[in-house]
Amino acid sequence: MNNELLNELTFFVLAIFVGIEVISKVPTILHTPLMSGTNAIHGIILVGAIVIAAGASSPVNIAIGLVAVILATTNVVGGFVVTDRMLEMFKGRHAPKTPESK
Amino acid sequence: MTIAIALAYLVAAVLFILGLKQLSSPKGARNGNFTAAAGMVIALLATLPLLHFTTAGVTIILIGVAIGGVVGVVGARRVKMTAIPQMVALFNGVGGGAAALVAVAELLRFGEHPTFTVAFPSVFSIVIGSVSFAGSMVAFAKLQELMTGTPITYPGQQLVNGLLAAAIVGFVIAVLAVASVPFSFVSLMVLALVLGVAFVLPIGGADMPVVISLLNAFTGLAVAASGFTLNNFALIVAGTLVGASGSLLTKMMSDAMGRSLVSVLFGAFGKVQSGAAAVAGQEGRSVRSASAEDLGTLLAYSRRVIIVPGYGLAVAQAQHAVRELADVLEKRGVEVSYAIHPVAGRMPGHMNVLLAEANVPYEQLKEMDEINDEFKNADVVLIVGANDVVNPAARTSPGSPIFGMPILNADQAKNIVFMKRSMRPGFAGIDNELMFDPKTMMFFGDAKESLTKLVSAVKAA
Repeated sequence: MNNELLNELTFFVLAIFVGIEVISKVPTILHTPLMSGTNAIHGIILVGAIVIAAGASSPVNIAIGLVAVILATTNVVGGFVVTDRMLEMFKGRHAPKTPESK
Repeated sequence: MTIAIALAYLVAAVLFILGLKQLSSPKGARNGNFTAAAGMVIALLATLPLLHFTTAGVTIILIGVAIGGVVGVVGARRVKMTAIPQMVALFNGVGGGAAALVAVAELLRFGEHPTFTVAFPSVFSIVIGSVSFAGSMVAFAKLQELMTGTPITYPGQQLVNGLLAAAIVGFVIAVLAVASVPFSFVSLMVLALVLGVAFVLPIGGADMPVVISLLNAFTGLAVAASGFTLNNFALIVAGTLVGASGSLLTKMMSDAMGRSLVSVLFGAFGKVQSGAAAVAGQEGRSVRSASAEDLGTLLAYSRRVIIVPGYGLAVAQAQHAVRELADVLEKRGVEVSYAIHPVAGRMPGHMNVLLAEANVPYEQLKEMDEINDEFKNADVVLIVGANDVVNPAARTSPGSPIFGMPILNADQAKNIVFMKRSMRPGFAGIDNELMFDPKTMMFFGDAKESLTKLVSAVKAA
């Protein structure tokens, strides 16, 4: 096992704990937006798609690269935009904009 | 990897973690989404200097980003708030597909005999990514009503799925042992796609969000595995974060419904019904239905009204109509609040989003634990398009598929008004005793039209 793999395994294991810890106190009402937000984050696969597409030269690689970039971009862009739309609905609810309803 | 790129990836990872942290509290949620998006931009830009582009490579990246960007923005902007769950499923599925394709491309690059440290994560990514892709597409089709939303079951289904999974495991071992590229990987992908479809077919109704969340965690893991293949730190960390937090979120969602993950995945919700009690309960029972005028008077002269919104309200786009009704009632001095069950709507938190869209004041939205003791003081509980979340069978009938799910104590109110399109059962596919309760009045019709009628009836009263 080389050094690089060892480093990667370390990141992997630590990231598991961080991932669990960081959302452990989420209230029920935020489950859907949070799911959608994490959904956008795994759109990081776009980085991978760009890496494999960049050097593509054979027809097979070009086809795979193109489809991968399209799918991954849809994931990232759609994921963040739809999450924002959901959260937009929550805005201002902490501002006391309806004083009459005490 | 140069130091600059490694540092940029580190910054991106920190932004993802901070973003998740903010996303899990109502105050910072929207900023959290921006924080994570900033991390994404940094990770993408940092990757570019690392690469040697071919002309074809640059072209497909530009075309791909343009197409994906347009599809993503238009899809996410155009979608109705009620259709958000299936949109999330769709965006999740394409991510899984991308992860699988990245692994395939990387394997092809390594030729006939990739080393184990490349082959293992690649095969993992191909299998999990393909399952996530196919499963999410079925979930999308079900929620979009392109196919029936109820569970599809057949005899021996668990056995077939088990055999499929076993075949994949066997195939994986064979692939890792002999690694004959590319035929074996294509077959593996096909098998995994079939498993993804077979896995989601028997799941339906209220369980869909849990499955989407699980598939979301799957995609995260597939992305992390692709990261191991590419030796890319950003993919490993971000993918693992999603895999871990998504798994926990999946568990929290099924807990909120009082169902175990195992029964969600293998229980075929809505097919289990026909307990003797449920059938016997239906025979020769009559329900009381009421006119808009009766209900208008009842509501107008109440002191406390609790509204229980459900998916029927979302479908009918009646969130504005319900607020209008609450407004006219409040003008008459009636105290109105909304009881939000954790899984009201189609996903946890979905109802809050819909009501917030209609500018319902946040203070009137009460979570279940907060309001359950207040039902006994309510003069009227108005159930709009909800069903399973007020079904007393969850408390009283151990044979029921929803037994054990926490429910709203609507049955304790002095009067119960059920607004529904028909006597049809809810997502869980079971009858609701509450409709036969002597305190209950049914008001049939489309939620939006019914509410509008009630508004004029209250004004007239």
